[in-house]
Amino acid sequence: MSEYILEMRGIVKSFPGVKALDDVNIRVRKGEIQSLCGENGAGKSTLMKVLSGVYPHGSYEGDILFEGQTCEFKDIKQSEEKGIVIIHQELALIPYLSIAENIFLGNERSKKGIIDWNETIVKTSELLKKVGLNENPNTLVGDIGVGKQQLVEIAKALSKKVKLLILDEPTAALNENDSENLLRLMLEFKREGMTCILISHKLNEVSKVSDSITILRDGHTIETLDMKADQVTEDRIISGMVGRDMTSRYPERQPNIGDVALEVRDWTVYHEHHPDRKALDNINMTIRRGEIVGIAGLMGAGRTELAMSIFGKSYGRSISGTLVKDGKEVRNNTVNQAIDNGFAYVTEDRKEYGLILMDDIKRNISLTGLRKLTKRAVVNEREEVLVAEDMRKRMNIKSPNILQKTGNLSGGNQQKVVLGKWIFAEPDILILDEPTRGIDVGAKYEIYTIIHQLAAQGKAVIVISSELPEVIGLSDRIYVMNAGKITGEVERADASQETLMKYMTNTGGVKRGSDHQTV
Amino acid sequence: MEAITKLFKSNVRQYGMIIALIVIMILFTVLTGGLLVKPINITNLILQNSYILVLAIGMVLVIITGHIDLSVGSIAAFVGAMSAIMMVDWGLPAWVAVVASLVIGGLIGAWQGFWVAYVKIPAFIVTLAGMLLFRGLTMIVLEGQSISPFPAGFTKISSGFVPNLADTATNLVAILAGIAFTVLYVFNELRARREQLKYKFDVSSSGLFIFKLVAIAVVLNLFTFMLASYAGIPNILVLLFVLILAYSFMMNKTVMGRHVYALGGNEKAAGLSGVKTKKVTFWVFVNMGVLAAVSGLIFAARLDAATPRAGTNFELDAIAACFIGGASASGGIGTVFGAIIGGLVMGVLNNGMSLIGLGIDWQQGIKGLVLLLAVAFDIYNKNKRVA
Repeated sequence: MSEYILEMRGIVKSFPGVKALDDVNIRVRKGEIQSLCGENGAGKSTLMKVLSGVYPHGSYEGDILFEGQTCEFKDIKQSEEKGIVIIHQELALIPYLSIAENIFLGNERSKKGIIDWNETIVKTSELLKKVGLNENPNTLVGDIGVGKQQLVEIAKALSKKVKLLILDEPTAALNENDSENLLRLMLEFKREGMTCILISHKLNEVSKVSDSITILRDGHTIETLDMKADQVTEDRIISGMVGRDMTSRYPERQPNIGDVALEVRDWTVYHEHHPDRKALDNINMTIRRGEIVGIAGLMGAGRTELAMSIFGKSYGRSISGTLVKDGKEVRNNTVNQAIDNGFAYVTEDRKEYGLILMDDIKRNISLTGLRKLTKRAVVNEREEVLVAEDMRKRMNIKSPNILQKTGNLSGGNQQKVVLGKWIFAEPDILILDEPTRGIDVGAKYEIYTIIHQLAAQGKAVIVISSELPEVIGLSDRIYVMNAGKITGEVERADASQETLMKYMTNTGGVKRGSDHQTV
Repeated sequence: MEAITKLFKSNVRQYGMIIALIVIMILFTVLTGGLLVKPINITNLILQNSYILVLAIGMVLVIITGHIDLSVGSIAAFVGAMSAIMMVDWGLPAWVAVVASLVIGGLIGAWQGFWVAYVKIPAFIVTLAGMLLFRGLTMIVLEGQSISPFPAGFTKISSGFVPNLADTATNLVAILAGIAFTVLYVFNELRARREQLKYKFDVSSSGLFIFKLVAIAVVLNLFTFMLASYAGIPNILVLLFVLILAYSFMMNKTVMGRHVYALGGNEKAAGLSGVKTKKVTFWVFVNMGVLAAVSGLIFAARLDAATPRAGTNFELDAIAACFIGGASASGGIGTVFGAIIGGLVMGVLNNGMSLIGLGIDWQQGIKGLVLLLAVAFDIYNKNKRVA
């Protein structure tokens, strides 16, 4: 047997109109962690779908060799039998089933068709111990946080006698603690002889755990970097991914800060589902015109809850406190009031909360500001086309025209549509929740540039981000939240990842991993 | 040849149901030896299906928002019964009774809309309850009896025709209307196309475009000629025409229409974009109630009686019409025009099968299969485009 557990040779996969993969070659050594890096649309997920049999043999060209044998998987079941297990970016767990039921779903411990619950529970407990998750196997998956759900996914993979574990963006939804934990787990599995393929946009994680990195760009394999032999820096990986040197990840900016635009006073919000629990506790903050204010915090710290409760009471109950905009008190009791008062909230989940995916770019951009395009309730479609076209150019949305369905756009372009929608509504205060989540380096830079332009126009911009370098790189000032409270306020000059992290974990109250966790 | 196949393929979804309708019509014309397209039968087709088409217009809105309304048949029966009580028992003038009936329909719609939009009970349950409730109420107010006859003026809604200009054998009004609408249509299409070209959108090739214009002009004038050679334009057709135009306009060109589509496409995103999701849902149900009332009035006028069993299974025909016409069960997709085409497919099937003497048992079964195949065809097409 060769030293490579997996070889993929000359893989070509075409969709109508596009070649998603064009002569891709990768080799993975037994027992290593290899990372796949590349911009969105580079073909990473497609490649893994070819490998795992989601795209069956015959729908692509090229050969797959696993443990020296040529494999022709017809479906995902066959690849799993060989020990290739993929954990997809979107978790495939069923919230209304228990942890044990989820782990053995489709693979039930049964005797003559009748499920052996005792064995199921015993096996589940063993697996949970292995991944370091201290939960009762009968707990419903919907009742545990995202970080723990990710661990359940891994336990599920382990239950299948996995030899090659593929993780597609496993930490995208996790906070720093949970990510850290997951990476540690990967290294532990590696010591036990398991091979892993990691797909991630978070380059610091990639460089931390990988033995080698394969870079894909536009459906081609660009290079494979050996972490031990080469001097591999994050910048080195990025330049491979984008095909050019990124001199700076954040554009230059001269802040021009004006008067106070928004003051949040004594803002207290109770939890939506647990009415006796405070989700936000006495928040006070100010944002000036032309200023970019970052909000840092772990997942569950209450950042999104703060943004949504300000934006038309879209989250929480028994909201108390006052909002003062340009020196006058305003009420945002409904989303419409908030929009009328000049607020905009760009959601962290653009597919669920941001876009009508089945509608085109034009209709999505005009939706919020539709009133500006109407006369006696009738939409002026000519005007709408002009507005949408103009926004497409300004935002540099890459699509043939504005009639493209937003569901067919890449993440970065979708984000630009959501931003365009809110910019068209001409707000004074923009709250951007994870504006660059899941989008590639090139598109990130463009989004940063747009954020800078907004600030330069005198708008007050609040940026919520889980990526500390991003918060530091973008913001003039940073509020740090933890457990529903503001635990620190840091000027740009004093901001470092270490200081922010200190405030983020500095609790007055209980420390919680995730907001969805039951207490 | 290849170009034609390609053309057909790329347009099959857009025009699929129209093509299906034409095929079905040709099939039954052949099977009935031309009986189906006799002027008297064409007129009958409109009269027979008008109340389902009116319901389908309201239903497609409900379905686009992602809901369903099972109660429309019962509402139609209840409103028909109330109108009979008002006109026959109380002796109120027809117009007062009609307005009052529409108000009753709106109130019933508001009742159901309240539970769906504000209390968040699934529409399936609310309207299932409504189906039972209003059927029961119909029987109670009618005391199990039929009421008839209606005043002559009222029945004209369903049985009357637009008066002719002069005393001619072929109806002049119908012919003139056909010509007028052809001109209007061609003019409108040309303007829309010019505009699309100006913004550099993809448009169909000019050959296909001209073919489409000519085909529609021919069909339209043939249709009005048929009507003209029988008794002219039925009053009900005018009402239908106005409703179709008004609702198509609303759904395509107004804020309300946009909000209905956005709400059905993604309720959460629509809400965070400033669409008043509850209010829109509520009004869609109110609208459905009013249209159910219209349907009930048309049906009562056509029967010249209000009966406790009126409107049975109307909801199923209306829902089937929407799905055959390309609406999506998960919301966000559908058109008023599509629902009308779907309704006509069902109507022609009913009519044609009756003409060739198929029993009601076979009719039901065949309609069921048509519904299933139409939706399967639609889903197959969508999947093909995604892959």
